[in-house]
Amino acid sequence: MTVVLNQSFTGISIGAVLLLIALGLTLTFGQMGVINMAHGEFIMAGAYTTYVLQQAVSGAGVSLLVALPLAFLVAGAMGALLEWLLIRRLYTRPLDTLLVTWGVSLMLQQLARDVFGAPNVQTAAPDLLTGHITVGGVTFANNRLFILGLALLCVLALTLILRLTPLGRRIRAVVQNRDLAEVSGIATGRVDRTTFFIGSGLAGVAGVALTLVGPIGPTTGTNYIVDAFLVVVVGGIAQLKGSVITAFALGVLQSVLEYSTTVSVAKVVVLVAIVVFLQWRPQGLYTLRTRSLA
Amino acid sequence: MTTTTSPAGTTATEPPVTAPPFLERFRVPGAFLLGAVLLLGIAPLVLSDFRLNLLAKYLCYAVVAVGVSLAWGRGGLLVLGQGVFFGLGGYAMAMHLKLADAAVTGQTLPDFMQLYGTGDALPWWWKPFADPAFAALAATVLLPMAVATLLGFFVFRRRVKGAYFAILSQALAAAFAVWLVGQQATTGGTNGLTDIQGFFGYDLDDPVNQRMVYLIVAGVLLLLMAAARQLFVSRYGELLVAVRDSEERVRFLGYNPANVKLVAYVVAAGMAGLAGALFVPAVGIISPALIGIVPSIGFVIGAAVGGRASLLGAVLGAVAVAWTQSTLSDAYPAAWTYLQGLLFVVAVGFLPGGLASLVTVLRRKRRTTHDPVTGGAA
Repeated sequence: MTVVLNQSFTGISIGAVLLLIALGLTLTFGQMGVINMAHGEFIMAGAYTTYVLQQAVSGAGVSLLVALPLAFLVAGAMGALLEWLLIRRLYTRPLDTLLVTWGVSLMLQQLARDVFGAPNVQTAAPDLLTGHITVGGVTFANNRLFILGLALLCVLALTLILRLTPLGRRIRAVVQNRDLAEVSGIATGRVDRTTFFIGSGLAGVAGVALTLVGPIGPTTGTNYIVDAFLVVVVGGIAQLKGSVITAFALGVLQSVLEYSTTVSVAKVVVLVAIVVFLQWRPQGLYTLRTRSLA
Repeated sequence: MTTTTSPAGTTATEPPVTAPPFLERFRVPGAFLLGAVLLLGIAPLVLSDFRLNLLAKYLCYAVVAVGVSLAWGRGGLLVLGQGVFFGLGGYAMAMHLKLADAAVTGQTLPDFMQLYGTGDALPWWWKPFADPAFAALAATVLLPMAVATLLGFFVFRRRVKGAYFAILSQALAAAFAVWLVGQQATTGGTNGLTDIQGFFGYDLDDPVNQRMVYLIVAGVLLLLMAAARQLFVSRYGELLVAVRDSEERVRFLGYNPANVKLVAYVVAAGMAGLAGALFVPAVGIISPALIGIVPSIGFVIGAAVGGRASLLGAVLGAVAVAWTQSTLSDAYPAAWTYLQGLLFVVAVGFLPGGLASLVTVLRRKRRTTHDPVTGGAA
């Protein structure tokens, strides 16, 4: 029983990391249909922001707290810049966007290699997050709990923004019907850029979380990006709850499979499970109901 | 946007060619003949053994690009997982050659298996690969095609398309590479299958036999290009372009777009498998690093640079990119990565027709400046 619970918690914490990464994608992919392969490098930017900050500020706790908003801003700014420079020119060609942003991601990775060096770097976790608590034989690592909390907090914040603020209303309007939003006087270009800023910023926050799990390096983001995209594909692009459910489901599935087989077999089985799932729901778990054919 | 059936190296939007009808008829066969003379006649004469061997490697990538041009350029299927099929073909060939190498020295197991120790029995799924006919014909081409059929059938049937398809095919490449790395004892793990000595009885260390391998690769490339060109101008080719441009309309006309796409995907997979199989004797290694996410996207970039919808453009692009990579990446690895990234951004972002469309784009530009009315309509 404790084995099951331990594996479930491992799965949920894998899911929390996936969720943090996929959250930003849900926004950018969901709103604009843009596949931003450089999303992984925004994660990396967030992680390196934490690392640099830790060199400058002593005290892992303080630097972590400062890193969260700072990483959001750094990654968000990079995202907004990318949107302005390249992506807005390619809205009608989503598949080409994928390849273009992959090129950007290659360059950013190499840039990180040139600036920070190819080997991975380790950041120190605050003392509070290094221990673990045990409840009824089940071990909860503090850093994993923190990431879970952070992920849920981000989901909550994003939900509130989308539901309650004028900005959120504009974002939803553009998602549901871009043309109608535009003729209603919404500056869709500006909404796009803001959405991209928030989505990329969330990648930065995910990067901060990753520094707590292990060493970080130039390829940190790439390792997660495909899995994160799968979360969005399975969850459906229209609603956040699809991504939330999928992230945790895939996390638990992965961890259970890894426990009963091997890491490599688990990867293959998860992919097969996704293809089978898409037979049942080709548009993902939650879809936006429209009358369009596509 | 009109779809022309004008000769090789065309994009769908190319303006009518103004060559006389007589020359026009011989343009494609002429170009094909010229290519054959260059590849089969002149290249082996003027290039050193080392260069020729490198060219064989690039031509293997070009074979993949022929398939990419079909599936992506004509069919609009962004195939980001060609590495899987390249790998299946490559591993099938390498497994047979390893077994043959072992048999020559009187062993029952390939060298790496003796090293990593799985006991002395050959795994059951290795056994069929001892048969040359099975390995050379069935496994290298039919195995990738079978995998593509299985995945494509389920994916296209449920109208999973566009970005969703691209991501799934990419995830397939990632999963396959991870799986190979995990099976160290039976697949060689990260190292892959290396140090291949012979090719159906011919010693690969002998330069003469290397030339033979080159000629086989070049011949296969020419044949596949001719076949793909026939496919492009056939009724099926027209239908494929129609599916790319407006899938719903094709469906309303009574065709099933899923089947049209499936054929393109499966044929492209078979070509990638064949390329992988030829890559093994030409280069002497197949490993997960050659088939994961990054090389899989690499298969696409060559076609993108040269011109995805143009057969000749895709092939020349693949060779040019591979050549640049091997020239630059040894001396300046960082510079190559930046250049590769830049190629994606510039070629795909700003010149979606690739270099093959450069002439058309420039011509249209010039016409626009001289005569805005017709220029705008072109």
